[in-house]
Amino acid sequence: MFTLYGATFTSRLLLGTAQYPSPECLKQAVEASGAEIVTVSLRRESARALTGQGFWALIEQLGARVLPNTAGCHTAKEAIATAKMARELFGTSWIKLEVIANDDTLQPDLFGLVEAASALTKEGFEVLPYTTEDLSAAERLVAVGCKVLMPWAAPIGSARGLINKDALKTLRAYFPGTPLIIDAGIGAPSHAAEAMEMGYDAVLLNTAVAKAGDPVKMAQAFARAIEAGRLAFESGLIEPRDMACPSTPVAGTPFFKIDNAS
Amino acid sequence: MQILLNGKRFATEAINLDELCESLGFADAKIATAVNGSFVAASERKKTALIEAAEIEIVAPRQGG
Repeated sequence: MFTLYGATFTSRLLLGTAQYPSPECLKQAVEASGAEIVTVSLRRESARALTGQGFWALIEQLGARVLPNTAGCHTAKEAIATAKMARELFGTSWIKLEVIANDDTLQPDLFGLVEAASALTKEGFEVLPYTTEDLSAAERLVAVGCKVLMPWAAPIGSARGLINKDALKTLRAYFPGTPLIIDAGIGAPSHAAEAMEMGYDAVLLNTAVAKAGDPVKMAQAFARAIEAGRLAFESGLIEPRDMACPSTPVAGTPFFKIDNAS
Repeated sequence: MQILLNGKRFATEAINLDELCESLGFADAKIATAVNGSFVAASERKKTALIEAAEIEIVAPRQGG
């Protein structure tokens, strides 16, 4: 069990809803993943297509809590307006806050992020900021009222895994009581397991499941990896060492001569 | 009057945001709105008069990561 803004969850996998081959596949993948939180966005609605209305009907069937994002926003002003539209649209004060600095890396604009997080928490939002592993940005986000942090592992959609493990370890050590969710850049279940072994509270991913050859099976794979990683963290991992250390008892090894026969 | 609706020029006779949404067939739709970059709550749409060159955003739920 873990808690985000007073709500408790069993699954530590948060799943995105984009890029699946079909709506049915999305539904099955969410079910297979066991995810209790799914991320959604808002986009311009066409009066002719009414795309969003059909999508919302599908999301309601999932029974998962929705976490709307502000994906694509490049300024604090855009992110704040988008968050407010999302709050009304989805009926939740939770917001996955994204303020994007650069279209090639999709890295967060940490200055705009802190500015938007500060404004939104004052207006009653419960902000889950998509940030980097930067400690000073994390401190400021917590100072303005964020009770959850979501550092990236690697750029969104890059599937590269934890590219700055040292900084992620520091972040975990520095914020022992703050839920930390790895958000973005995860490519394989082993990446997710590694994050969980490091003591991260949860993992948010999308592309690695949606773009897999079999998204439903991959959703299961991630669910198990995240559970395994968490169990490992709770169990206490042994420390790596430079030299070998036999696991089989040395005493009584056959053919080992204690004395010479003659 | 000419407005910018979801980034495109659009001609409308609607006098307020609520009328615009209704004229587009969004009366019962799950949508949210913004005018000139600021959020406008559903309860405020009737009170929000449209003016020439206003920039209107009408959004709905969509897939997201």
